[in-house]
Amino acid sequence: MRLYTLSVFSQRMSVPLTLLGLLEREPSHGYDLKRDYDAFFGRGKPIPFGQVYATLARLARDGKAVAGDHEPGSGPDRKRYAITPEGVAEVETWLAEPVEPEPHLQTVLFAKVTLSLMLGRPAERYLDTQRAAHLRRMRELTDLKRTGGVVDGLLADHGLFHLEADLRWIDLTAARLSSLAEAVRS
Amino acid sequence: MPAEVLGRPGSRDPVIEARDVVKSFGPTPALRGASLSVAAGEILAVMGPSGSGKSTLLHCLAGILIPEGGEVHFAGRRVDTMGEAERSALRRERFGFVFQSGQLVPELTAEENVALPLLLGGARRAEALRDARGWLGRLGLDGLEERRSGELSGGQAQRVALARGLVACPEILFADEPTGSLDSLTGEHVMDLLAAASRDQGTTVVLVTHEARVAAYADREVVVRDGRVTALAQDPVGS
Repeated sequence: MRLYTLSVFSQRMSVPLTLLGLLEREPSHGYDLKRDYDAFFGRGKPIPFGQVYATLARLARDGKAVAGDHEPGSGPDRKRYAITPEGVAEVETWLAEPVEPEPHLQTVLFAKVTLSLMLGRPAERYLDTQRAAHLRRMRELTDLKRTGGVVDGLLADHGLFHLEADLRWIDLTAARLSSLAEAVRS
Repeated sequence: MPAEVLGRPGSRDPVIEARDVVKSFGPTPALRGASLSVAAGEILAVMGPSGSGKSTLLHCLAGILIPEGGEVHFAGRRVDTMGEAERSALRRERFGFVFQSGQLVPELTAEENVALPLLLGGARRAEALRDARGWLGRLGLDGLEERRSGELSGGQAQRVALARGLVACPEILFADEPTGSLDSLTGEHVMDLLAAASRDQGTTVVLVTHEARVAAYADREVVVRDGRVTALAQDPVGS
Protein backbone atom coordinates (compact mmCIF):
# COMPACT_ATOMS: atom_id res chain seq x y z
CA MET A 1 0.00 0.00 0.00
CA ARG A 2 1.23 3.49 -0.80
CA LEU A 3 -1.04 5.35 1.55
CA TYR A 4 1.73 6.86 3.61
CA THR A 5 4.14 7.63 0.82
CA LEU A 6 4.74 11.33 1.11
CA SER A 7 5.29 13.22 -2.10
CA VAL A 8 8.72 14.52 -1.10
CA PHE A 9 10.12 13.18 -4.34
CA SER A 10 7.44 15.00 -6.32
CA GLN A 11 8.04 18.21 -4.39
CA ARG A 12 11.75 18.06 -5.05
CA MET A 13 11.06 17.37 -8.67
CA SER A 14 8.75 20.36 -8.84
CA VAL A 15 11.50 22.93 -8.13
CA PRO A 16 13.32 22.51 -11.47
CA LEU A 17 10.05 22.33 -13.34
CA THR A 18 8.69 25.38 -11.54
CA LEU A 19 11.85 27.35 -12.41
CA LEU A 20 11.59 26.11 -15.98
CA GLY A 21 7.97 27.25 -16.05
CA LEU A 22 8.97 30.68 -14.81
CA LEU A 23 11.51 30.83 -17.64
CA GLU A 24 8.74 30.23 -20.14
CA ARG A 25 7.33 33.70 -19.36
CA GLU A 26 10.52 35.40 -20.52
CA PRO A 27 14.29 34.87 -20.46
CA SER A 28 15.49 35.65 -16.95
CA HIS A 29 18.54 35.95 -14.71
CA GLY A 30 18.94 33.61 -11.79
CA TYR A 31 18.18 36.33 -9.28
CA ASP A 32 14.93 37.21 -11.11
CA LEU A 33 13.89 33.58 -10.88
CA LYS A 34 14.77 33.39 -7.18
CA ARG A 35 12.78 36.56 -6.48
CA ASP A 36 9.69 35.25 -8.28
CA TYR A 37 10.03 31.73 -6.90
CA ASP A 38 10.26 33.08 -3.34
CA ALA A 39 7.31 35.45 -3.92
CA PHE A 40 4.96 32.85 -5.38
CA PHE A 41 6.18 29.44 -4.28
CA GLY A 42 8.65 29.87 -1.39
CA ARG A 43 6.05 30.85 1.20
CA GLY A 44 8.47 31.41 4.05
CA LYS A 45 11.07 28.99 2.74
CA PRO A 46 13.21 30.88 0.22
CA ILE A 47 15.07 28.86 -2.33
CA PRO A 48 18.88 29.21 -1.91
CA PHE A 49 20.72 31.08 -4.68
CA GLY A 50 23.00 28.08 -5.03
CA GLN A 51 20.07 25.79 -5.77
CA VAL A 52 18.76 28.19 -8.42
CA TYR A 53 22.07 28.39 -10.26
CA ALA A 54 22.76 24.68 -9.94
CA THR A 55 19.29 23.94 -11.30
CA LEU A 56 19.75 26.35 -14.20
CA ALA A 57 23.08 24.73 -15.05
CA ARG A 58 21.44 21.29 -15.09
CA LEU A 59 18.55 22.54 -17.22
CA ALA A 60 21.08 24.00 -19.69
CA ARG A 61 23.10 20.78 -19.67
CA ASP A 62 19.94 18.79 -20.44
CA GLY A 63 18.93 21.07 -23.31
CA LYS A 64 15.85 22.47 -21.60
CA ALA A 65 17.27 25.98 -21.26
CA VAL A 66 20.10 27.91 -22.87
CA ALA A 67 22.36 30.42 -21.20
CA GLY A 68 23.16 33.71 -22.88
CA ASP A 69 26.54 35.41 -22.79
CA HIS A 70 27.91 36.89 -19.59
CA GLU A 71 26.64 40.40 -19.12
CA PRO A 72 28.77 43.16 -17.62
CA GLY A 73 28.30 43.88 -13.93
CA SER A 74 28.98 42.39 -10.56
CA GLY A 75 27.11 39.57 -8.91
CA PRO A 76 27.20 35.82 -8.80
CA ASP A 77 25.94 35.10 -12.29
CA ARG A 78 25.13 37.60 -15.03
CA LYS A 79 23.82 35.14 -17.57
CA ARG A 80 20.28 35.34 -18.84
CA TYR A 81 18.60 31.96 -19.36
CA ALA A 82 15.94 31.18 -21.95
CA ILE A 83 13.72 28.11 -22.21
CA THR A 84 14.13 25.83 -25.25
CA PRO A 85 11.30 24.12 -27.17
CA GLU A 86 12.25 20.92 -25.33
CA GLY A 87 11.88 22.77 -22.05
CA VAL A 88 8.45 24.13 -23.08
CA ALA A 89 7.36 20.60 -23.94
CA GLU A 90 8.57 19.36 -20.55
CA VAL A 91 6.61 22.06 -18.71
CA GLU A 92 3.50 21.26 -20.73
CA THR A 93 3.80 17.53 -19.99
CA TRP A 94 4.34 18.16 -16.29
CA LEU A 95 1.38 20.53 -15.99
CA ALA A 96 -0.95 18.21 -17.89
CA GLU A 97 -0.13 15.05 -15.94
CA PRO A 98 -2.12 14.44 -12.77
CA VAL A 99 -0.01 14.10 -9.67
CA GLU A 100 -0.10 10.68 -8.08
CA PRO A 101 -3.12 10.93 -5.79
CA GLU A 102 -1.71 10.67 -2.29
CA PRO A 103 -1.74 12.78 0.84
CA HIS A 104 0.28 16.00 1.19
CA LEU A 105 0.60 16.99 -2.44
CA GLN A 106 -0.84 20.47 -2.06
CA THR A 107 2.53 22.12 -2.70
CA VAL A 108 2.80 20.57 -6.14
CA LEU A 109 -0.84 21.24 -6.99
CA PHE A 110 -0.49 24.84 -5.88
CA ALA A 111 2.59 25.32 -8.05
CA LYS A 112 0.85 23.79 -11.05
CA VAL A 113 -2.26 25.93 -10.76
CA THR A 114 -0.34 29.14 -10.18
CA LEU A 115 2.04 28.49 -13.07
CA SER A 116 -0.80 27.49 -15.37
CA LEU A 117 -2.53 30.79 -14.71
CA MET A 118 0.68 32.77 -15.15
CA LEU A 119 1.24 31.10 -18.50
CA GLY A 120 -2.36 31.40 -19.67
CA ARG A 121 -2.78 27.63 -19.81
CA PRO A 122 -6.04 25.78 -19.13
CA ALA A 123 -5.83 25.46 -15.34
CA GLU A 124 -9.46 24.30 -15.11
CA ARG A 125 -8.73 21.32 -17.37
CA TYR A 126 -5.69 20.41 -15.30
CA LEU A 127 -7.81 20.59 -12.14
CA ASP A 128 -10.44 18.37 -13.76
CA THR A 129 -7.78 15.82 -14.67
CA GLN A 130 -6.52 15.91 -11.10
CA ARG A 131 -10.06 15.57 -9.76
CA ALA A 132 -10.58 12.46 -11.89
CA ALA A 133 -7.30 10.95 -10.66
CA HIS A 134 -8.27 11.65 -7.05
CA LEU A 135 -11.70 10.09 -7.49
CA ARG A 136 -10.17 7.01 -9.10
CA ARG A 137 -7.87 6.61 -6.11
CA MET A 138 -10.78 7.15 -3.72
CA ARG A 139 -12.72 4.44 -5.52
CA GLU A 140 -9.76 2.05 -5.10
CA LEU A 141 -9.55 2.85 -1.41
CA THR A 142 -13.32 2.42 -0.98
CA ASP A 143 -13.04 -1.00 -2.63
CA LEU A 144 -10.18 -1.81 -0.29
CA LYS A 145 -12.39 -0.95 2.68
CA ARG A 146 -15.08 -3.26 1.36
CA THR A 147 -12.79 -6.20 0.66
CA GLY A 148 -10.05 -5.76 3.26
CA GLY A 149 -9.93 -6.07 7.01
CA VAL A 150 -10.42 -3.48 9.70
CA VAL A 151 -6.79 -2.34 9.63
CA ASP A 152 -6.85 -1.94 5.86
CA GLY A 153 -10.06 0.01 6.28
CA LEU A 154 -8.51 2.38 8.80
CA LEU A 155 -5.52 3.01 6.56
CA ALA A 156 -7.83 3.51 3.61
CA ASP A 157 -9.87 5.99 5.65
CA HIS A 158 -6.75 8.02 6.33
CA GLY A 159 -6.06 8.25 2.63
CA LEU A 160 -9.71 8.98 1.82
CA PHE A 161 -9.96 11.89 4.23
CA HIS A 162 -6.77 13.47 2.89
CA LEU A 163 -7.85 12.99 -0.71
CA GLU A 164 -11.24 14.46 0.13
CA ALA A 165 -9.52 17.52 1.63
CA ASP A 166 -7.51 17.90 -1.58
CA LEU A 167 -10.70 17.64 -3.61
CA ARG A 168 -12.35 20.37 -1.58
CA TRP A 169 -9.33 22.54 -2.24
CA ILE A 170 -9.52 21.66 -5.95
CA ASP A 171 -13.22 22.62 -6.04
CA LEU A 172 -12.60 25.88 -4.23
CA THR A 173 -9.64 26.71 -6.45
CA ALA A 174 -11.69 25.95 -9.58
CA ALA A 175 -14.35 28.36 -8.34
CA ARG A 176 -11.75 31.09 -7.77
CA LEU A 177 -9.66 30.73 -10.92
CA SER A 178 -10.64 34.11 -12.34
CA SER A 179 -9.57 36.07 -9.29
CA LEU A 180 -6.46 33.92 -8.90
CA ALA A 181 -5.52 34.60 -12.51
CA GLU A 182 -5.82 38.34 -11.91
CA ALA A 183 -3.66 38.07 -8.79
CA VAL A 184 -0.79 36.15 -10.37
CA ARG A 185 -0.76 38.14 -13.59
CA SER A 186 -0.79 41.55 -11.95
CA MET B 1 -29.43 14.81 -31.23
CA PRO B 2 -26.86 16.51 -29.05
CA ALA B 3 -23.27 16.60 -30.12
CA GLU B 4 -22.28 14.32 -27.26
CA VAL B 5 -24.19 12.29 -24.71
CA LEU B 6 -21.88 11.45 -21.89
CA GLY B 7 -21.82 7.79 -21.07
CA ARG B 8 -19.22 5.24 -20.13
CA PRO B 9 -16.91 4.65 -23.12
CA GLY B 10 -17.56 1.24 -24.62
CA SER B 11 -20.43 0.57 -22.23
CA ARG B 12 -23.63 -1.39 -22.78
CA ASP B 13 -26.66 0.34 -24.24
CA PRO B 14 -27.97 3.08 -21.99
CA VAL B 15 -31.03 2.30 -19.90
CA ILE B 16 -31.74 5.96 -19.29
CA GLU B 17 -30.59 9.00 -21.20
CA ALA B 18 -30.97 12.79 -21.17
CA ARG B 19 -30.38 14.61 -24.44
CA ASP B 20 -29.82 18.37 -24.42
CA VAL B 21 -32.25 18.84 -21.54
CA VAL B 22 -33.25 22.43 -20.76
CA LYS B 23 -35.15 23.40 -17.61
CA SER B 24 -35.76 26.76 -15.95
CA PHE B 25 -37.50 27.88 -12.79
CA GLY B 26 -39.08 31.19 -13.70
CA PRO B 27 -36.33 33.37 -15.11
CA THR B 28 -33.60 31.19 -13.59
CA PRO B 29 -32.11 28.56 -15.89
CA ALA B 30 -31.24 25.32 -14.07
CA LEU B 31 -30.28 23.07 -17.00
CA ARG B 32 -28.90 24.53 -20.22
CA GLY B 33 -28.54 21.50 -22.46
CA ALA B 34 -27.61 18.67 -20.13
CA SER B 35 -26.84 15.32 -21.77
CA LEU B 36 -26.11 12.10 -19.97
CA SER B 37 -26.53 8.36 -20.42
CA VAL B 38 -26.43 5.61 -17.83
CA ALA B 39 -25.82 1.95 -18.63
CA ALA B 40 -27.90 -0.83 -17.10
CA GLY B 41 -26.49 -1.90 -13.74
CA GLU B 42 -24.18 1.07 -13.51
CA ILE B 43 -23.84 3.22 -10.40
CA LEU B 44 -23.30 6.76 -11.64
CA ALA B 45 -22.42 9.66 -9.34
CA VAL B 46 -23.61 13.09 -10.45
CA MET B 47 -21.48 15.68 -8.70
CA GLY B 48 -21.35 19.44 -8.75
CA PRO B 49 -21.53 22.51 -6.55
CA SER B 50 -24.75 23.68 -4.93
CA GLY B 51 -27.10 25.20 -7.47
CA SER B 52 -25.34 23.60 -10.44
CA GLY B 53 -28.50 21.76 -11.54
CA LYS B 54 -27.64 18.20 -10.47
CA SER B 55 -30.87 17.60 -8.52
CA THR B 56 -32.92 19.16 -11.32
CA LEU B 57 -31.26 16.76 -13.76
CA LEU B 58 -32.17 13.81 -11.51
CA HIS B 59 -35.79 15.01 -11.31
CA CYS B 60 -35.97 15.34 -15.10
CA LEU B 61 -34.51 11.85 -15.59
CA ALA B 62 -37.01 10.42 -13.10
CA GLY B 63 -40.00 12.06 -14.74
CA ILE B 64 -40.72 14.24 -11.72
CA LEU B 65 -40.02 17.41 -13.70
CA ILE B 66 -40.79 17.96 -17.36
CA PRO B 67 -38.00 19.71 -19.27
CA GLU B 68 -38.78 22.63 -21.56
CA GLY B 69 -36.33 21.38 -24.15
CA GLY B 70 -34.49 18.20 -25.01
CA GLU B 71 -35.49 14.60 -24.48
CA VAL B 72 -35.42 11.99 -21.74
CA HIS B 73 -35.42 8.32 -22.77
CA PHE B 74 -35.93 5.32 -20.51
CA ALA B 75 -35.76 1.79 -21.90
CA GLY B 76 -36.38 3.10 -25.41
CA ARG B 77 -39.36 5.31 -24.50
CA ARG B 78 -39.67 9.09 -24.27
CA VAL B 79 -40.34 10.06 -20.66
CA ASP B 80 -40.66 13.80 -21.27
CA THR B 81 -43.66 13.40 -23.58
CA MET B 82 -45.60 10.98 -21.33
CA GLY B 83 -48.73 12.13 -19.54
CA GLU B 84 -48.76 12.48 -15.77
CA ALA B 85 -50.53 9.14 -15.21
CA GLU B 86 -47.98 7.28 -17.30
CA ARG B 87 -45.05 8.99 -15.60
CA SER B 88 -46.59 8.28 -12.22
CA ALA B 89 -46.87 4.59 -13.09
CA LEU B 90 -43.28 4.58 -14.30
CA ARG B 91 -42.06 6.10 -11.05
CA ARG B 92 -44.13 3.70 -8.98
CA GLU B 93 -43.35 0.49 -10.86
CA ARG B 94 -39.89 0.85 -12.30
CA PHE B 95 -38.06 3.54 -10.31
CA GLY B 96 -37.04 3.78 -6.68
CA PHE B 97 -36.15 6.93 -4.76
CA VAL B 98 -34.03 7.87 -1.75
CA PHE B 99 -33.82 11.48 -0.70
CA GLN B 100 -31.60 13.35 1.74
CA SER B 101 -33.99 13.46 4.66
CA GLY B 102 -35.67 10.10 4.18
CA GLN B 103 -39.11 11.65 3.77
CA LEU B 104 -40.86 8.80 5.54
CA VAL B 105 -44.61 9.08 6.10
CA PRO B 106 -44.73 9.94 9.82
CA GLU B 107 -48.10 8.27 10.48
CA LEU B 108 -46.87 4.90 9.19
CA THR B 109 -44.58 2.40 10.91
CA ALA B 110 -41.19 1.54 9.47
CA GLU B 111 -42.49 -1.64 7.83
CA GLU B 112 -45.54 0.16 6.41
CA ASN B 113 -43.27 2.84 4.95
CA VAL B 114 -41.15 0.20 3.27
CA ALA B 115 -44.21 -1.68 2.02
CA LEU B 116 -45.74 1.46 0.53
CA PRO B 117 -44.44 1.08 -3.07
CA LEU B 118 -45.70 -2.52 -3.14
CA LEU B 119 -49.11 -1.57 -1.76
CA LEU B 120 -49.42 1.28 -4.26
CA GLY B 121 -48.54 -1.22 -6.97
CA GLY B 122 -51.48 -3.45 -5.95
CA ALA B 123 -49.69 -6.07 -3.83
CA ARG B 124 -51.60 -7.79 -1.05
CA ARG B 125 -50.89 -6.23 2.34
CA ALA B 126 -49.61 -9.40 4.01
CA GLU B 127 -47.16 -10.08 1.18
CA ALA B 128 -46.03 -6.46 1.05
CA LEU B 129 -45.36 -6.38 4.80
CA ARG B 130 -43.51 -9.70 4.60
CA ASP B 131 -41.22 -8.33 1.86
CA ALA B 132 -40.78 -5.10 3.82
CA ARG B 133 -39.70 -6.99 6.93
CA GLY B 134 -37.22 -8.94 4.81
CA TRP B 135 -35.63 -5.71 3.62
CA LEU B 136 -35.58 -4.21 7.10
CA GLY B 137 -33.72 -7.28 8.33
CA ARG B 138 -31.30 -7.13 5.43
CA LEU B 139 -30.45 -3.54 6.30
CA GLY B 140 -29.90 -4.32 9.99
CA LEU B 141 -33.22 -2.95 11.26
CA ASP B 142 -34.67 -6.06 12.89
CA GLY B 143 -36.86 -5.13 15.84
CA LEU B 144 -37.71 -1.66 14.55
CA GLU B 145 -40.59 -2.70 12.28
CA GLU B 146 -43.29 -1.10 14.43
CA ARG B 147 -41.54 2.19 15.07
CA ARG B 148 -42.65 5.42 13.44
CA SER B 149 -40.16 7.84 11.89
CA GLY B 150 -40.08 10.05 15.00
CA GLU B 151 -38.81 7.05 16.99
CA LEU B 152 -35.91 6.32 14.62
CA SER B 153 -32.43 7.84 14.53
CA GLY B 154 -31.34 9.65 11.37
CA GLY B 155 -29.33 6.65 10.22
CA GLN B 156 -32.16 4.22 10.93
CA ALA B 157 -34.68 6.42 9.12
CA GLN B 158 -32.39 6.65 6.12
CA ARG B 159 -32.01 2.87 6.02
CA VAL B 160 -35.79 2.55 6.13
CA ALA B 161 -35.94 4.98 3.20
CA LEU B 162 -33.35 2.90 1.36
CA ALA B 163 -35.38 -0.27 1.98
CA ARG B 164 -38.45 1.53 0.63
CA GLY B 165 -36.46 2.60 -2.46
CA LEU B 166 -35.35 -0.96 -3.18
CA VAL B 167 -38.29 -3.11 -2.04
CA ALA B 168 -40.02 -3.16 -5.40
CA CYS B 169 -36.78 -4.18 -7.17
CA PRO B 170 -36.72 -1.02 -9.31
CA GLU B 171 -34.75 -0.89 -12.51
CA ILE B 172 -33.33 2.47 -11.50
CA LEU B 173 -32.75 3.87 -8.03
CA PHE B 174 -32.53 7.67 -7.90
CA ALA B 175 -30.67 8.79 -4.79
CA ASP B 176 -30.42 12.52 -4.07
CA GLU B 177 -27.81 13.26 -1.39
CA PRO B 178 -28.78 10.04 0.44
CA THR B 179 -26.23 10.62 3.20
CA GLY B 180 -26.51 14.42 3.35
CA SER B 181 -28.12 14.47 6.80
CA LEU B 182 -25.96 11.76 8.36
CA ASP B 183 -22.61 11.74 10.16
CA SER B 184 -19.62 10.19 8.35
CA LEU B 185 -19.83 6.73 9.88
CA THR B 186 -23.60 6.36 9.49
CA GLY B 187 -23.44 7.76 5.97
CA GLU B 188 -20.77 5.25 5.09
CA HIS B 189 -22.93 2.40 6.41
CA VAL B 190 -25.88 3.57 4.32
CA MET B 191 -23.69 3.82 1.21
CA ASP B 192 -22.23 0.33 1.83
CA LEU B 193 -25.76 -1.03 1.96
CA LEU B 194 -26.98 0.98 -1.02
CA ALA B 195 -24.08 -0.10 -3.24
CA ALA B 196 -24.20 -3.75 -2.16
CA ALA B 197 -28.00 -4.08 -2.49
CA SER B 198 -28.03 -2.34 -5.87
CA ARG B 199 -25.26 -4.54 -7.23
CA ASP B 200 -26.88 -7.69 -5.85
CA GLN B 201 -30.12 -7.09 -7.72
CA GLY B 202 -28.59 -5.34 -10.73
CA THR B 203 -30.28 -2.02 -10.07
CA THR B 204 -28.97 0.98 -11.97
CA VAL B 205 -28.26 3.88 -9.59
CA VAL B 206 -28.19 7.60 -10.34
CA LEU B 207 -26.59 9.10 -7.26
CA VAL B 208 -26.55 12.87 -6.79
CA THR B 209 -23.95 13.99 -4.27
CA HIS B 210 -21.52 16.78 -3.56
CA GLU B 211 -19.40 14.50 -1.38
CA ALA B 212 -16.39 12.78 -2.95
CA ARG B 213 -16.47 10.00 -0.35
CA VAL B 214 -20.00 9.14 -1.43
CA ALA B 215 -19.17 9.41 -5.14
CA ALA B 216 -16.32 6.95 -4.57
CA TYR B 217 -18.92 4.17 -4.26
CA ALA B 218 -19.96 4.77 -7.88
CA ASP B 219 -18.56 3.15 -11.01
CA ARG B 220 -18.25 6.54 -12.72
CA GLU B 221 -18.68 10.22 -12.00
CA VAL B 222 -19.85 13.19 -14.01
CA VAL B 223 -19.91 16.82 -12.92
CA VAL B 224 -22.76 19.26 -13.52
CA ARG B 225 -21.59 22.83 -13.93
CA ASP B 226 -23.84 25.72 -14.86
CA GLY B 227 -26.56 23.35 -16.02
CA ARG B 228 -24.38 21.21 -18.28
CA VAL B 229 -22.79 17.80 -17.75
CA THR B 230 -19.05 17.35 -17.94
CA ALA B 231 -17.31 14.00 -17.90
CA LEU B 232 -14.15 13.96 -15.85
CA ALA B 233 -11.02 13.44 -17.92
CA GLN B 234 -9.71 9.90 -17.78
CA ASP B 235 -6.27 10.67 -19.16
CA PRO B 236 -3.81 13.52 -18.91
CA VAL B 237 -4.72 16.55 -20.98
CA GLY B 238 -3.33 16.32 -24.45
CA SER B 239 -2.65 12.58 -24.35
